[in-house]
Amino acid sequence: MEKKSKMGLLAKQKAAGWLFLVLASAMIIVMSFYPMVQAFITSFKTGSSANMQWASPLFYNYKRMFQDKMFMRSVGNTFLYLIIQVPIMLVLAILFAQLLNNKDLKFRGLFRTCIFLPCAVSLVSYALIFRTIFATQGLINIILMNLGIISEGINWLGQTNTARLVIIIALIWRWTGYNMVFYLAGLQNIEYSVYEAAKIDGATGWKTFWYVTVPLLKPVIIMTFIMSINGTLQLFDESVNLTNGGPANTTITMSHYIYNNSFGQGVANFGYASAMSFFVFILVAVLAAINLKVGDTRD
Amino acid sequence: MTEKKVKYNSSAIQKRLIPTYIFLTICSLISVFPLFWMITAATNQTVDVSRGKIWFGSYAVENFLNLLHSTNLWTSFGNSCLYATVQTLLCIFICSLAGYGFELYHDKGKDILFAVLLMAMMIPGVATMIPLFTMMSKLHFLNTVWGFVLPAISTPFMIMMFRQNSRNFPVDIMEAARIDGLSELMIFFRMYMPVMKSTYAAAAVITFMNAWNAYLWPRVVMTDNRAQTMPMLIANLAGGYTIDYGMLMMGVLFCSLPTMFIFFVLQKQFTEGITGAVK
Repeated sequence: MEKKSKMGLLAKQKAAGWLFLVLASAMIIVMSFYPMVQAFITSFKTGSSANMQWASPLFYNYKRMFQDKMFMRSVGNTFLYLIIQVPIMLVLAILFAQLLNNKDLKFRGLFRTCIFLPCAVSLVSYALIFRTIFATQGLINIILMNLGIISEGINWLGQTNTARLVIIIALIWRWTGYNMVFYLAGLQNIEYSVYEAAKIDGATGWKTFWYVTVPLLKPVIIMTFIMSINGTLQLFDESVNLTNGGPANTTITMSHYIYNNSFGQGVANFGYASAMSFFVFILVAVLAAINLKVGDTRD
Repeated sequence: MTEKKVKYNSSAIQKRLIPTYIFLTICSLISVFPLFWMITAATNQTVDVSRGKIWFGSYAVENFLNLLHSTNLWTSFGNSCLYATVQTLLCIFICSLAGYGFELYHDKGKDILFAVLLMAMMIPGVATMIPLFTMMSKLHFLNTVWGFVLPAISTPFMIMMFRQNSRNFPVDIMEAARIDGLSELMIFFRMYMPVMKSTYAAAAVITFMNAWNAYLWPRVVMTDNRAQTMPMLIANLAGGYTIDYGMLMMGVLFCSLPTMFIFFVLQKQFTEGITGAVK
């Protein structure tokens, strides 16, 4: 009798456990997984939002995507930002974290706050700030002219390469401190005795960093890599507000181009946009998987 | 004598750190300057901004009044406050409930479900935006707070954060509470929530920040000007042919006030919120 009631209690607890997570799980399924399936189905359709039919041939949108020079350029741009910006940013972030983790350094809190400060403003805000600073009559040009480096203002955002450069600089400015916070947290988890042992073994500062700190930080480094790749592949706010994709769509990112095809400029090409967005999803998933594979040395 | 030696050592150490100080000072200035300039530009006329003035001016009030006249500033500010607050409250409640369930009642089935839910982290916003827009328009949730918050009130990141932090929650308390006759839900409200206060604070700060700064989804779901958010408002300000930089920077400043407040006052919680799921 007593046993039976105890069983009932356990079953009740188990049921309660499921009840706690059912709402959150249902929301993720309805708001993430279901739309993803929907997007996949839509990617095989053509026509405007109200009356869509199956595309013939079925892979029409995907075929079109790979022949679309503009989309391919947006893929190229996104990867350009990714390849240049992410390594520079993460190396800088580790460097800052390493420097700030020194107990002898004074004003550590102040330096940390300053470098972390860009995270206090939204992506739209900083994009607009950079757009103003890098305007033809903007502050950067005035400074450079006063220093005598250039004789007349550079049209930073009006030329493809300089516009891309500004986006990369802006991204590094905004996200380095953010990543530094992760590394600082990671460094604080490393026991001081590990460093002392390395010192006794005769390791110098650089060697200690390379053979002790980096391996111990590896999980954090991989995570920041995945987050940065994920974030960069979905770049939208900066492309829209800093350059508006220009000049002539040469700095546009994938998300921006997909948005333009679905909600911008009076076109609602949901089928085609869905095909492109599915492509982005595959890219994110593949790159995350590669990262995890490379990072997994437990074999 | 030993004291003297220590002192000598520390001054030698400080001497060796001089290059580090110089490097960090330069980087800090670069880091802070654009935001400092945003604030000073908000107090200057466009002409002065274009002339490269970097100190405070006397046009703050004028810029503010211009902003007030040419936009519906208070409506957007109010919208952003409403959306971000509702999203924060719902999100931390739903996700903490789930994190609690996943960690403290965990079994094989729940672990598998959790792993599946984590995969949602890889789904990009642009991929779900079209079906979600269709869904919200069918539900008549366009231009409403529900349209804004529903896709974002349950995120794998937040569930993971609560789950990881629940590891520190003492299970003995639960047993004691059960003996006292508290129901499972009551244990959550009376025991778990007070103990996890700091996790709730961190989660609230990060969710509020994300909701306030969101741009892509609000742009999709808020088709009516009166429902727009602050980031949308300032983005529109920069859309015209001639841009009033002083006014634009005043708008940017306004959009950044709540997040800057959070940054300076709740920096500890903000940092914990960012790194919360990594432990």
